[in-house]
Amino acid sequence: MSRVTWVRLAVVAGALAALEAACRSGLISPHTLVPPSVMLATAAKLLQSGEITADLLRTLRNVLAAFVTAVAGGFFIGVVLHAAPPLRRVAYPFLASYYAIPVFALYPALIVVFGMGDLPIIVIGFLFAVVAMIINTLDGLDRIPRVLLKTARVMRMGPVATALRIKLPSAAPHLFTGTKLAVAYSFIGVIAAEFILSGAGLGYAISYAYNNFNTARMYALMLLVITLVIAVNLAFYTWEQRLLRRRNLR
Amino acid sequence: MMRIHAELQGVTRVYPATPTHSAVHALGPVDLALGRGEFFSVVGPSGCGKSTLLEVLAGLAQPTAGSITFESATIQGAVPDGVGVVFQDDASFPWLNVRENVAFGLKRARLPAAEVRERVEYALSFMGLDDFALAYPAQLSGGMRQRVCIARTLVTQPRLILLDEPFGALDQQTRLLMGDELLRVWRETGATVLLITHALDEAAMLSDRVGVMSARPGRIIEVVKTGWSRDRDSRLASDAQFGNITSRLWRVLREESLKGLGRTGTPPRKQETI
Ligand SMILES: Nc1ncnc2c1ncn2[C@@H]1O[C@H](COP(=O)(O)OP(=O)(O)OP(=O)(O)O)[C@@H](O)[C@H]1O
Ligand SMILES: [Mg+2]
Repeated sequence: MSRVTWVRLAVVAGALAALEAACRSGLISPHTLVPPSVMLATAAKLLQSGEITADLLRTLRNVLAAFVTAVAGGFFIGVVLHAAPPLRRVAYPFLASYYAIPVFALYPALIVVFGMGDLPIIVIGFLFAVVAMIINTLDGLDRIPRVLLKTARVMRMGPVATALRIKLPSAAPHLFTGTKLAVAYSFIGVIAAEFILSGAGLGYAISYAYNNFNTARMYALMLLVITLVIAVNLAFYTWEQRLLRRRNLR
Repeated sequence: MMRIHAELQGVTRVYPATPTHSAVHALGPVDLALGRGEFFSVVGPSGCGKSTLLEVLAGLAQPTAGSITFESATIQGAVPDGVGVVFQDDASFPWLNVRENVAFGLKRARLPAAEVRERVEYALSFMGLDDFALAYPAQLSGGMRQRVCIARTLVTQPRLILLDEPFGALDQQTRLLMGDELLRVWRETGATVLLITHALDEAAMLSDRVGVMSARPGRIIEVVKTGWSRDRDSRLASDAQFGNITSRLWRVLREESLKGLGRTGTPPRKQETI
């Protein structure tokens, strides 16, 4: 491991130890925060007993659904907008101001339209993630060097071969950025939506524990969510590094 | 009489006006006939329309007026089979390594695998890229990337090879040796070559004929015949004729280059007398 990694680990370990000490000594009331060791033990117990497995799987399934539809839909919309500049000019102000709109404010309307089940939750995750994918798809397509497209014409490649063998790999780093953002936004959208409008899922479990003053359980669930998101991001990060290393784009 | 391989007749190109820019008359009118198997170079001041000439001839850009023929067929809106282009800008594919880059065009030509391998290895070795076959373009210098593009074009064995300042990023020594390699390919394949260059000595040494272009809008104002034999190489730099040709090219080009810089002819400097 590199020195930076060691320092990073030391910082985290130090912070945890300080927190542990503060909780144990009574500096922080147990109603506000439980010691990290208790969080960890409670999380392990929750996983072992299987009582949150259903919530966990449900959240993962919703995130996956939001993520897949956002990446596929965002890519498709990006390609269409790129191919049709007038349409793109129309869409531009919406895309540019999109993340200023609080999607969650729409949730009563979504419930009216999609009912109470998982669908409005997935839709919120999708709405949260899709525009990041659209913007990055457009960016990637815009940045294909013109000389590569000329090269394709010299090689007498048709539109399909040009799209698959020149445009797609050339835009790949940006598509990857969009995908990575879509993962993060899907998680945020789904868990936050579960928080406020669901009867199941990790977000719901956290808010349930909170409402029942079960502080240890609440923090254990938070720990699980954070660990999950970090793990998924780390997996993507590793994949991206491998993909980009040879292109020296880091 | 030479047999005509590619021909431009009365070709002009005007880039249409944009909201920020008025229309640019970039090229012509140009009349030019390339003989089959001829090595023709084009020199001209910066921005005079050399790249535009190449793109129009390749079928990558539409002429505003005039016509282009290649192997007796009119070129219209598409690059005909048998034409290879090395662009001025780096056109290597950053997601492929050097060998994959060079093989890219061949994979599409449905050649037997053994033939592909043989041609690629040959191209890698004469472009001096053997040791970098597995490197990615980001790991190469600009000059090496340009060599990758040259190799990628040559492996497809085009009958008309268009090169836009391919040696621009190379040092003088490598440039001379690459010129020799280009001459060898030209001799061995019998291809017709159009080379755009800003190096007058390179044009004088490699070419059968050199066309000198005027400042924009580029027209061909003079064509200089070199009279070299086909099996020439860079050693003819010591030939007396070489100096004559180079200085003749420079005489024509000097005026045009000044115009290209926005200065119209400078008065000859007076002999200083003491
Ligand atoms: N896509 C374009 N749109 C508008 N004008 C253009 C475009 N491409 C080139 N031009 C203009 O046409 C003229 C000729 O350009 P061109 O690239 O053919 O010159 P060049 O002789 O190749 O220059 P250099 O020696 O710098 O490579 C220039 O004045 C340039 O500004
Ligand atoms: Mg040019």
